[in-house]
Amino acid sequence: MKVLCGIGGTDDSLRALERSVDRAAVADDDLTIAVLDNPDSTRTPDDLVERAAAAVESAGIDAEVRRVDGDPGSRLIEIAEDEGFDEIVLGGGQTSPMGKITIGSIAEFVLLNAKTSVTLVR
Amino acid sequence: MTGRRFPETVAGAFPDVPVPFVDAAGRDVEIRAYDGSDGAREALVAMYDSFDPADRAQGIPPGGDERIREWLETILAADCLNVLAWCGDEVAGHATLVPDDEAYELAIFVHQDYQEAGIGTRLIKGLLGYGRAAGVEKVWLTVERWNHAAVSLYKKIGFETSDAESFEMEMSLRLNESADGEA
Repeated sequence: MKVLCGIGGTDDSLRALERSVDRAAVADDDLTIAVLDNPDSTRTPDDLVERAAAAVESAGIDAEVRRVDGDPGSRLIEIAEDEGFDEIVLGGGQTSPMGKITIGSIAEFVLLNAKTSVTLVR
Repeated sequence: MTGRRFPETVAGAFPDVPVPFVDAAGRDVEIRAYDGSDGAREALVAMYDSFDPADRAQGIPPGGDERIREWLETILAADCLNVLAWCGDEVAGHATLVPDDEAYELAIFVHQDYQEAGIGTRLIKGLLGYGRAAGVEKVWLTVERWNHAAVSLYKKIGFETSDAESFEMEMSLRLNESADGEA
């Protein structure tokens, strides 16, 4: 399967990265990791590119890590449609101190607008 | 996460716990602060064990005894404020304030057997009275925007909408002036 995993640097996006890489290693996915500008994140895109590349290398898979500038939700959808991806994978939301799950703004936009299937990783 | 907005004006009066009353179904109910006893904790676990998942909100309360206990361990910690609605030796409802960096997050649950009897309103007012007495300044919550009953309850209590841009609506309330005078 051709999978596009979007990560913006929040903790839930790093779980999505981990899960996508692990899955690609066993399912032989054609994986692309898109590093997005997420204003809600404190991690820098350079950090994320490095982290994603390290995850790919340690899993021993062949996956592309790509910086994506501009509005993260719409850019992800554009890439998925233009390049024929089967699925978009994103973090499944942050958890408040209370334990409430809040879906991020990128996931909200992608869920409502994508033509591909969307997986939110919990 | 961007900073949350809170009202500048302090909300109206809230009662001190305990608050005894007769609910709309004629049952004797009392709102009391959680005392940390084993008995109170087990009665609360029992309420959540039989809680209808249809009334789950953003993933809480979780399902299954083990997950419920794990979740309660976090929100019954010493830095959190909890009140329970007791009907005899049964817990009918639970409201909690859980601190983050600058404010307290609020959540409230009333068991299905006790809903629509005026318990939720008494419970949240009792919690806010308890929180004010403990010096809590700012309170926030999130609620699914389609949950009109909850949204109108929060508005009636004095909560104001602070963020309406996401799936979940965020509302906030001020209980006490900030120590530094800043809103």
